[in-house]
Amino acid sequence: MSTPLLKVADLTVRFRTEKGTIAAVNGINLELQRGQVLGVIGESGSGKSVTLRALLGILPPRKTQISGAITLDGRNVLSLTKRELSKYRGGEVSMIFQEPATALDPVFTIGQQITETVMRHGATTKAKARARALEMLDLVKIPDARSRIDNYPHELSGGMRQRAMIALALSTGPKLLLADEPTTALDATVQIQVILLLRELQRELGMATIFVTHDVGVAAEISDRIAVMYAGRIVETGTASDVLKTPRHPYTNGLLTSTVIGARRGETIDCIAGMPPDLAAMPQGCAFAPRCPLATTECTAAVPMLKKSGADQFVACIRQEADGRHAA
Amino acid sequence: MSIVNSEGPQTATPISSLPVTVMPRSVGYWQSVWQRLCKDKVSMICLISLILIICASFAAPLLTSYDPAIGSVIKRLKPVGTEGHILGTDELGRDMLTRLLYGGRTSLIMGFVPVFLALLIGGSLGTFAGFVGGRVNAIIMRTADVLFAFPSVLLAVAIAGALGAGVGNALVALTIVLVPPMIRITESATTQVRALDFVEAARASGAGNLTIIRVHVLGNILGPVLVYATSLLSVAIIMAAGLSFIGLGAKPPTAEWGLMLNTLRAAIYSQPLIAALPGVFIFIVSLSFNMLSDGLRSAMEVS
Repeated sequence: MSTPLLKVADLTVRFRTEKGTIAAVNGINLELQRGQVLGVIGESGSGKSVTLRALLGILPPRKTQISGAITLDGRNVLSLTKRELSKYRGGEVSMIFQEPATALDPVFTIGQQITETVMRHGATTKAKARARALEMLDLVKIPDARSRIDNYPHELSGGMRQRAMIALALSTGPKLLLADEPTTALDATVQIQVILLLRELQRELGMATIFVTHDVGVAAEISDRIAVMYAGRIVETGTASDVLKTPRHPYTNGLLTSTVIGARRGETIDCIAGMPPDLAAMPQGCAFAPRCPLATTECTAAVPMLKKSGADQFVACIRQEADGRHAA
Repeated sequence: MSIVNSEGPQTATPISSLPVTVMPRSVGYWQSVWQRLCKDKVSMICLISLILIICASFAAPLLTSYDPAIGSVIKRLKPVGTEGHILGTDELGRDMLTRLLYGGRTSLIMGFVPVFLALLIGGSLGTFAGFVGGRVNAIIMRTADVLFAFPSVLLAVAIAGALGAGVGNALVALTIVLVPPMIRITESATTQVRALDFVEAARASGAGNLTIIRVHVLGNILGPVLVYATSLLSVAIIMAAGLSFIGLGAKPPTAEWGLMLNTLRAAIYSQPLIAALPGVFIFIVSLSFNMLSDGLRSAMEVS
């Protein structure tokens, strides 16, 4: 295999707060090939968004401690200087935010905002930057882009705003696109359009993508590989079809069965009991043990490591080995 | 009829042949605020009277042939409507209209300049404090709080008194008094904007702190801050007149509304109307700025 575009080794993110240190990300390892789409799924507070922000280097430096290594295209992201970092952000790596209504500045037109970003990343003249903005708006299939370019965000619908956001993120031709639940704030019908658009753009432009979502269906739709996060750790990872068809970790299994689709009225829906752990006071050993139907006393002894299980699938569960192929 | 698509013909037409809906040219934020302001009668009346007073004051030499400092002893305290002196004359026989117009210059300058300086100084300190946060914020804000602890009029009188009478010193005193509220309003606006997603999005697209402050923070706090500055104008004009009234601002023979109120005090029984005229102007200008600020605020609130 060729060298990966992105390599994350033992990434740990701690937030210092008044109440103590919060362990948001606890030693994750990732590899992403060029043009590959990684879906990261997990509950709220599992560290998905924090991981993305660490990759982009936009966590507030005063309050965060980051350790480990992030290597993009052979460069260590964590040791970039301020100047390099501002070229890196938006230039090599772009991000799409969850809420397009608030992630676009209300006092500037979408054209101005895209133009501003394009100019920052090397466009020579304003006219060229604007032409690029127009090209991008066409690419994300905003109808009548020529007049939409001068619209303010509040004049666009939610789906159009998210398209504009995507155009903004892709306008600089990034190598890596980070998408932080880009469809969560949208209507169901618009969600699908945006997912399909992203998938199409990804194939066309070939940038690697990390797609964070808590919607398993969305992840299945777009991802080549999937990583399941829980309490700041990756508990299972592998190709999308492996992880979704043969989930090895009890948490993945729980996520996959927690769905209303196919359930009938009055029928009890399977869900994972309990709440994610308090990140300021992590439980001993496996963070999922308190909620796990298969937990034994052994589970609280040590944090389980990711172990190979199947052809291209890794799982962090000691019960997995004991039970063979099926943990649940 | 109203239900029917306005540009679509009434007969059934295949969708593909319908003309493409042309979006009305997008209206900028300030443009739409202006449009809404134009619909507000009270604000428009205030705005027009302010423009009239300001223009008349600065065009004073063109509007009157009298000298504001030269009077005639035999023409003292002529009533309103006297031939050659439409608004009468003051206690030294100077033309009231002339004095009011020239006085407007001083009074308006004494209102505008401190607010403008406070906007620059307080605005930058407040934006900086709000954006940086943490200890820097605490230092700036607590210092502003110390100045806040004094009643503003007393503080202005104390500073002007310590510096000595004169327009320049009064401007300094008023600026010092107006800076803390300006810091507070910009700080709170900046803190709110800083937490919004588009600031993080701007950072994610490679914008540095300066760009974020210049483009995204200022662009978003400008509205509320300007509204507040407009309301401060009325406060500043009243305080400036107050300082001159007690002898800490403009010195005779300079024409200034507050000072004129003071010197005409003696005539309050013989010519009450003339004695009240400078007060009327102070009242109109200050009220207009206040109402205009309210109108602006509500014009900005929509959308």
